[in-house]
Amino acid sequence: MGVDGAACSSDSANPWFFFMNLHEYQAKKLFTRFAIPVPESLVASSPDEARAAAQTLGMPVLVKAQVHAGGRGRAGGVQRCESVAELETQASALLGSRLVTSQTPPAGLPVSQLLLEAPVVIARELYLALLVDREAECIAIMASAAGGMDIEAVAATQPEAVLVSRIEPAVGLRPWQCRQVGLFLGLTAQQQRAFEGLLSGLYQLLTSCDARLVEINPLVVTEDGELIALDAKLDLDDSALYRHLELAALHDPSQEDAREIAARAEGLSYISLDGDIGCMVNGAGLAMATMDLIALHGGAPANFLDVGGSATADRVARAFALVLSDDKVAAVLVNIFGGIVRCDLIAEGILAAVEEVGVEVPVVVRLEGTNAALGLERLAHSGLAIETAATLVDAANKVVAAAAGQGATIQHAGGEA
Amino acid sequence: MSVLVDARTRVICQGFTGRQGSFHSEQAIAYGTRMVGGVTPGKGGQRHLGLPVFDTVHAAVRETGAEASMIYVPAAYAADAILEAADAGIRVIICITEGIPVLEMLAVKAALARGEAVLIGPNCPGIITPEGCKIGIMPGAIHTPGRVGIVSRSGTLTYEAVEQTSAEGLGQSTCIGIGGDPIHGLDFVDCLALFEADPDTDAVLMVGEIGGGAEEAAAEFVRRRMTKPVVAYIAGVTAPPGKRMGHAGAIVSARGGTAEAKYTTLEAAGVQVVRSPALLGRRVAELLVQ
Repeated sequence: MGVDGAACSSDSANPWFFFMNLHEYQAKKLFTRFAIPVPESLVASSPDEARAAAQTLGMPVLVKAQVHAGGRGRAGGVQRCESVAELETQASALLGSRLVTSQTPPAGLPVSQLLLEAPVVIARELYLALLVDREAECIAIMASAAGGMDIEAVAATQPEAVLVSRIEPAVGLRPWQCRQVGLFLGLTAQQQRAFEGLLSGLYQLLTSCDARLVEINPLVVTEDGELIALDAKLDLDDSALYRHLELAALHDPSQEDAREIAARAEGLSYISLDGDIGCMVNGAGLAMATMDLIALHGGAPANFLDVGGSATADRVARAFALVLSDDKVAAVLVNIFGGIVRCDLIAEGILAAVEEVGVEVPVVVRLEGTNAALGLERLAHSGLAIETAATLVDAANKVVAAAAGQGATIQHAGGEA
Repeated sequence: MSVLVDARTRVICQGFTGRQGSFHSEQAIAYGTRMVGGVTPGKGGQRHLGLPVFDTVHAAVRETGAEASMIYVPAAYAADAILEAADAGIRVIICITEGIPVLEMLAVKAALARGEAVLIGPNCPGIITPEGCKIGIMPGAIHTPGRVGIVSRSGTLTYEAVEQTSAEGLGQSTCIGIGGDPIHGLDFVDCLALFEADPDTDAVLMVGEIGGGAEEAAAEFVRRRMTKPVVAYIAGVTAPPGKRMGHAGAIVSARGGTAEAKYTTLEAAGVQVVRSPALLGRRVAELLVQ
């Protein structure tokens, strides 16, 4: 267990693109369950519901668009409404729109719910998070009196303004740590008591929900001296969702790329990129390496796609369909290292997939491993427009050339090996 | 000529009678691994693949003298399997299973810190000493005995490194796949230390990827302690920030973990970095000729 002034490392620092994210309203509901104070709030999915909520909460009210991205304030996704008429205008404008912030994809994310919140009068803004620190292999507390700002920027420019206190797994969160963090945040003795309860609740929440990150930014001290979580971010460990079915049910697929979701349903790991060369690879590391190789040879990958360790014919076919569903794709590179699965069987899978899916762009295949020569021979003599490659470099050069001028490649493909 | 495991190592399999455990135990036996039995709770006393099945790892260790265990049990039970193996006195625990909850791995690592057991993985291809001992899911045939130590966070990309060093006529002393999870057992530094101390390893090929700070720690270790040449490749130069690239641990975050940053740190520490995954074997061969 240790304390230092520098930010600890975590892969969860930018949690808004993770598989299992929660909306702010969902996270705040969980906060309430663990006795972490949040502002009085209601959720609305229509202007009518928004009006009804405002009657309960009173005016003025804050309207917050629910999307899986930060930077909402600057993008117009958080509005303070003084009147019901103003609220109706804002609610109508936000609901059904796509909010574009500095952290969303260029097309933005759809807004289907609004969180309506009673405003609080803020005296101070703090930062508080619990996260899995992969380097120290423990849960760590991160705290700063510079709340409401980009904590990464704070940690980079003034590391002494961020406290990291690591929690020993054998003993869990201790009262002395709560006192230490509270003192660092400059809390009064009375606030300190509330803070200990809040931090304990946050720790309970992280451990009992299998979260990798719970973040409050800002945690505010109100003019009345109360502590309230004004925002709430929660990043759940998808490996543990099997034992949290009620949390898994909170998943909102509208906040993710449709192809990425479809891939997951098929047991494939897919991520959209900006280039025009579709990639189909077995293994995540090799898939990344293939993308890098394409870039090194002057091309641009259209996607990351890991078909998994057992590249069976069926999986290959589904993967092809997925890669080709992206209109940008001008050529496809298949790079398979056949280990336990023989390359001649994989070649048959590729042939079946190309025929079944009706591939109209050039396809370059590189096979390595068990029976690779046999597999390549089958592809070369198939009569289909498949170009085979002997090495990684050969494959990269061929697919980059094919993407640059695809028509010619289709005609001449098949005979080259 | 190896680290951690060799032809004499007595190996058991946890999850022995399951589909994965059976298949990969068969492959290991065919490769020549000294498999001495397996564990499946409730099936103790039976025989499987010509070997005894035990209810507990403790019984397997008592009866067979097992020193290493490969774990193929489902994710929900894998952390438990690691802890049981450690308590039973298994020296090298190899966990192939993917998808163990991260908080369970934190507890497992804390418990392992109290003992002597070495954990490889989880979510890894395993460890192999060519023509001696294969523990894992890697294809045995691509490996050749030799003097290059390989350590990698990936699976098939490790096979690529193996295939290339075999094609260059170098061969491998031992290959260790440390796995793609954020919380795992052996890391790059541990493996570099093992290869540095191994008289039969002349050079190390390290295959890293985006996310975390393990490659940076390795760079520091190379700078301070390594006398043998180290070649490194980092996958994920083109990976976009905030996206998890297949492995739970492979993500560029606002806190760092980019391939470029890793390359810079490794290069500054005297590591020979390779930007193309096609040149892994070639670069090691060039270094060893010098």
